[in-house]
Amino acid sequence: MEHPRQRQLLYLGLLTLGLVAPWLGVYTVYLMTLYCFAIFACAFNLLLGFGGMLSFGHAAFFGLSSYVTGWLITSLGSSTIVSILGGVVASCLLSVVFGYIAIRRSGIYFAMITLALSQIVYFVCLEASFTGGENGLQGVHRGSILGLDMAQDSVMYYFVLFCLCAVFLAIERIIESPFGQVLKAIRENETRAESLGYFVNTHKLIVFVMSATLAGFAGSLKCLVLSFATLSDVVQSTSGEVILMTMLGGAGTLLGPVVGSAVVVTLQNTLADKVGSWVNVIIGAIFVLCVLVFRKGIVGEILAYLKRKER
Amino acid sequence: MTDLFGFPVPVILGQLMLGLVNGCFYAMLSLGLAVIFGLLGVVNFAHGAFYMLGAYGTWALLNFLGIGYWGALILSPLIVGCLGIVIERTMLKRLTQIDPLYGLLLTFGLSLIAEGFIREGFGASGQTYPVPELLQGAVNVGFMILPIYRVWVIVASLTVCLITWFVIERTRLGSTLRAATENPQLVQAFGINVPLMVSLTYAAGVALAAFAGVLSAPIIQVSPLMGSSLVIVVFAVVVIGGMGSIMGAILSGLMLGIVEGFTKVLYPEASNIVVFVIMAIVLCWRPNGLFGKG
Repeated sequence: MEHPRQRQLLYLGLLTLGLVAPWLGVYTVYLMTLYCFAIFACAFNLLLGFGGMLSFGHAAFFGLSSYVTGWLITSLGSSTIVSILGGVVASCLLSVVFGYIAIRRSGIYFAMITLALSQIVYFVCLEASFTGGENGLQGVHRGSILGLDMAQDSVMYYFVLFCLCAVFLAIERIIESPFGQVLKAIRENETRAESLGYFVNTHKLIVFVMSATLAGFAGSLKCLVLSFATLSDVVQSTSGEVILMTMLGGAGTLLGPVVGSAVVVTLQNTLADKVGSWVNVIIGAIFVLCVLVFRKGIVGEILAYLKRKER
Repeated sequence: MTDLFGFPVPVILGQLMLGLVNGCFYAMLSLGLAVIFGLLGVVNFAHGAFYMLGAYGTWALLNFLGIGYWGALILSPLIVGCLGIVIERTMLKRLTQIDPLYGLLLTFGLSLIAEGFIREGFGASGQTYPVPELLQGAVNVGFMILPIYRVWVIVASLTVCLITWFVIERTRLGSTLRAATENPQLVQAFGINVPLMVSLTYAAGVALAAFAGVLSAPIIQVSPLMGSSLVIVVFAVVVIGGMGSIMGAILSGLMLGIVEGFTKVLYPEASNIVVFVIMAIVLCWRPNGLFGKG
């Protein structure tokens, strides 16, 4: 996939698959949930895979945006576009504050700090009056965008697919830009990047905010797709899930997070009603396997295999 | 009775006592985390799960084998410690040469597995464990009423913390351990079995978590998720204290427990987040933590 031609063909194939999927009888709500988590994982990958920073609290941005979107629609009756924007802006602002605090430390401390900060958002969502506490916000109407009735699953489906493609291409663009190159330099050797004259902390903060904002976008879409925002959007295990999706698919590869989220969401969907709590055991076991034997992830391993074959 | 900040003094003292008990748990858990991080370079996310397993071990020993509290106080940490050795030998050992983030992710996965198993085996709801007969009741010390069990928790955990501190900072074993933290290859060259020491350190760290679990069994609901929220608070405590210092871990644990207790009196809504907010402030002011070096 080093060849741009092959890559374009692969993307085109996947896009076609996405376009025809509803006609193949696949349940659209399941696909839309999958796409939302794929956007979330792609956003997370921007930070982990290309910025080399492991955030253990990304659910805070996903969940906050989901709540703000839900609240704007149910309480203020805002239009769908305004509500999505509101959620995204809220996540963006929060990430500026959290990012400013968290980038003071790196590596393992960065992970612990983001986790601890995300707990603040969790407890606020649990206790604040506008979030509906344990019940969350129910009955969020999708409304319409540019005159298109989003309440119809088929219309909403293409909107979410469009969003996924847009986010995917935006991330590809960011990574290939000079900014993305500097990010990779910081990931590989922070001290050297700094001595070359790059403002390491500014770059780190910018990528953190970008990643969190896109995660927020995924959160508000999820709220619209499922018509509710609950504590499970903001809880720590969701932060864990997005790490798993990214790692399993392959951190630092473009398609990895999409593949990873497809696997994890499908697993949860098919297993949840059959095996109960064993889902957690299975997810945990995949985590352990990923770390012990499978560190490049699915796409990463395939890419490595193709590279070996070429030689 | 006099008031302080508009609250009756016994109420404040009562919350302070609860805060101190929580602080003892924070201190024991962050101590274990700090010791493990020092020698293995792994942030043990599974620490909360081991704490939970310690409490479930206590409950299971009583309900299935008829072994009471005092037996469990020894047995439960021992069993969990052995489990720790198995995990260290089979999994963590393979991660020594790579990014420490993988250790965090591995132990996160392990804690999901442990929670899933316990939830499947014993249900999601909490189990109750009786306070041992010897420690039931309360004494009136004039200005407040002291529940004996809580006093015992404070005494027992402080003793364990101080013993751990003494062993690491003041004995020959401890100095070898500290040397191995600085330079494992060199210590190995002196004929000391470093891999064994690493395994035993991990076992001791998680046994400490299990010991905290046993102590907590009679005063909280023993539930599968009791450790997962606690471990995040303990992470914040460790960030505040700075991971390098043993005494720092103990002191910041106790201190934050007390602060949390105070917050419960003054502004209960914020008591869940006060530790995280303090962490954010400390990071802005001293990024390496209160007791951290450099």
